[in-house]
Amino acid sequence: MNHDTLAIAHRTLLDPAGLAGGDLDRVMGQLLGAAVDAADVYLQATRYEAWMLEDGIVKEGSHSIEQGAGVRAVSGEKTGFAYSDEIALPTLLEAAKNARAIARQGAPGRQEIAGADRPPALYLPIDPLQSLSEEDKIALLKRLDEECRQIDPRVEQVCVSLSGSHEVVLVIGQDGAVHGDVRPLVRLNVSVIVEENGRREQGSSGGGGRTDYRYFLEEGRASSYAREAVRQALVNLEAEEAPAGTMTVVLGSGWPGILLHEAIGHGLEGDFNRKGTSAFSGRVGERVASPLCTVVDDGTLPGRRGSLTIDDEGTPTSCTTLIENGILKGYMQDKLNARLMGVAPTGNGRRESYQHLPMPRMTNTYMLAGPHDPEEIIRSVKKGLYAKNFGGGQVDITSGKFVFSASEAYLIEDGRITRPVKGATLIGNGPDVLTRVSMVGNDLELDTGVGTCGKDGQSVPVGVGQPTLKVDGLTVGGTRV
Amino acid sequence: MSQSTLPPTEQTQLSQLESLVADCLEEASRQGATGAEAGVSVESGLSVTARLGEVETVEHHRSRGLGLTVYIGRRKGSASTSDLSRAAMRETVAAACRIARHAAEDEYAGLPDPDLLATEFPDLDVYHPWEPEADTAIGIAIACEDAARNYHPDIANSEGASLNTFQGFRVMGNSLGFLHGYASSRHSLSVSVIGERDGEMQRDDWWTVARDAADLEVPEEVGRKAAERAIRRLGARTLSTRQCPVIYAADIAGSLLGHFVGAIRGGNLYRKSSFLLDHLGKPVFPEFVQIHEQPHLRKALGSVPYDAEGVRTAPHYLARNGVLESYVLSTYSARKLGLKSTGNAGGVHNLIIEPGELDLPGLLRRMDTGLLVTDLMGQGVNLVTGDYSRGAAGFWVENGFIQYPVEEITIAGNLRDMFKGILAVGNDVDLRGNTRTGSILIEKMTVAGN
Repeated sequence: MNHDTLAIAHRTLLDPAGLAGGDLDRVMGQLLGAAVDAADVYLQATRYEAWMLEDGIVKEGSHSIEQGAGVRAVSGEKTGFAYSDEIALPTLLEAAKNARAIARQGAPGRQEIAGADRPPALYLPIDPLQSLSEEDKIALLKRLDEECRQIDPRVEQVCVSLSGSHEVVLVIGQDGAVHGDVRPLVRLNVSVIVEENGRREQGSSGGGGRTDYRYFLEEGRASSYAREAVRQALVNLEAEEAPAGTMTVVLGSGWPGILLHEAIGHGLEGDFNRKGTSAFSGRVGERVASPLCTVVDDGTLPGRRGSLTIDDEGTPTSCTTLIENGILKGYMQDKLNARLMGVAPTGNGRRESYQHLPMPRMTNTYMLAGPHDPEEIIRSVKKGLYAKNFGGGQVDITSGKFVFSASEAYLIEDGRITRPVKGATLIGNGPDVLTRVSMVGNDLELDTGVGTCGKDGQSVPVGVGQPTLKVDGLTVGGTRV
Repeated sequence: MSQSTLPPTEQTQLSQLESLVADCLEEASRQGATGAEAGVSVESGLSVTARLGEVETVEHHRSRGLGLTVYIGRRKGSASTSDLSRAAMRETVAAACRIARHAAEDEYAGLPDPDLLATEFPDLDVYHPWEPEADTAIGIAIACEDAARNYHPDIANSEGASLNTFQGFRVMGNSLGFLHGYASSRHSLSVSVIGERDGEMQRDDWWTVARDAADLEVPEEVGRKAAERAIRRLGARTLSTRQCPVIYAADIAGSLLGHFVGAIRGGNLYRKSSFLLDHLGKPVFPEFVQIHEQPHLRKALGSVPYDAEGVRTAPHYLARNGVLESYVLSTYSARKLGLKSTGNAGGVHNLIIEPGELDLPGLLRRMDTGLLVTDLMGQGVNLVTGDYSRGAAGFWVENGFIQYPVEEITIAGNLRDMFKGILAVGNDVDLRGNTRTGSILIEKMTVAGN
């Protein structure tokens, strides 16, 4: 299988351009010089498609091809970078010359291009776009539309979107190692508008992963997204004004793990910590969470949206412990920041495409299960908020302040979940929010495969997860004082 | 039909792109499309970042793209590619046609009404190419960062300063005979620094952007402002939960107009996903509020001669005397609503809310006691219901004067009430972006804190 991956990458990226190993050797030779500490060439070809249903018909679809090469030379903390959407020897040599200008002195070095050790693949080198016929893709969307409408007559609008991508990459490092990866990714989303007595509310649900479209047909997944979207929208029809102020908040399992992504994940990316701009800088070994909390970033989970067999610098991904029993253990690293901080890369060097520079990014970030029964957690709260589902979030790395917005929430009164309340933004301080985690559920769940993370204008697919958590004191941004 | 003022080499490049678009439309027809629309863009630029007085990254950008939409009767398909070779173009046409053959008949789908296509192309003065040597660009970034770092002893660290240049061409055409292209440029300089005092760190930034590099703020000014903004955040506290008036500072007030535009965008209206459904002709803001679009302002960031479908753009009111006067429509969404396109395929172009009499200190005096918000976080805005809840940071104001910085709070309300509750728009207009507004004072919102 590993051999296949590299062979597919060669066939897709090098053969059409008439490039061979000797040509890559020349490009690398052009890049390397005495003052160059690191260099790489990243070749990528991605085909993407999307189909969209609304008003009961599949009214449009789109298809895109994106391919090109990014060439990078690093000298100390300095990086030179150039890219081209043409994969051909003259343009690669030109890009290498531009990238290398960052390191001014030194004679060009030479490096033999060779195969590299490869970790076991976490997904098959398949093309999801071919996994269903166009007729079957359309039939799936139409079936979900009908299912949503059958669940409840208050369903007014249904939008269903299906997308898939097939990405082939080849990374050539300055050590001469060549790494290939073939990365399938699919995503299905259902969103509905319900209407009752002139009041309209929305609900949405979806999932996906590094697999093909048949995943949605298995285990009734697609239908479960439809039911979940309608259920959420109907709950919101009943929602009252959300409370405002600091209170005990119980966070649901799964996607609410976006708390971890925002509150601590970004703050533990190597670049911010090398530069000393993170609220977590220089705090390894310190207590940043209650002893109940162990948090990892794990890029090695088979088939998950945030997983990668190798990162975009060719480093195998790993499971990195960020917080162990409340103590800060380490950071997520790409090659540049690992070298400058004198530690090993963790397989977190990721980039949106060949047009962007890699940087430390999360993969799948989650908290391990704890000892408490989720029902026991709810019962322990006299007055508070149960936030079951969320939209997006954001963090200010430097001050540590983070937000994430609930899309489904309920009041907890005397140990019982009572009335639904409108969505509200929750705000907290990353370095101390987890110190207020007083109970951790035994129900660890990962999200269904919907996350996209943005940093410095670059988007990458990620995963999150957590068990049910109780936080003693988080600010809830409702309207009811 | 090309821009008349371009130098000969650019003119040649533009002509080549026009031929490519024409060929693409012809190929679409050959492959069975009954209508087609195609666009090509070519962009190049340089980005440099300097941090702590040294160059950090030098990035050379060069990208191209071809996008195509075909119609086979009332069936639609789209495709795009970053490869502009003839073979890739033919494959892209084939992909779009294949999708269209599978898509459902949609009676509203199709090219724009021919009488709405642009026929005049005013010179918007948006092309001022600038290709500095990397060393020159690095020097500017370092000067900017130096000014920030030397502003105050509490500026302890830096995320760096970046200079970005960009120039490119865009050509679009359709099978109704529309074919036009133009060149544009955009240059920006930004810096982000960190203030530190008593173990507390606060980051802030400033940026300048312009079509013409000569119109950028000088690097030292950009640096000074960024540092001033980071320093003034130090010593931030939270607030107790309360209801009070709120001022949105000019550089973030545009987000409120963004939510307004989102709620009157055709797509959200025909999907019934807007709290401003059926509000045409009804008051949405107080009577003094005038909001209009000025797509033909010379040198402005949002200026375009026509929208993403080739439909002509023209100045028009979205809200006049507080009353919603126009939706924001593309050809498709307009047909779904039984209306005409407003030339807004792809968005609005230079959105302007007319400034009032007061500057920011005047607005603070008018508010007397309340919250000045200078930073917003998160996406807690529901356009279906208008419910609004976002993270915020800023300053607590009493007796018309700033008292202390605040953070880790949220501000919440419903956009319907917030729009009606606008008490004043400042004259401190931020001219940098596609939305031009002064600071906005809102009568009452809920602030949640400790």
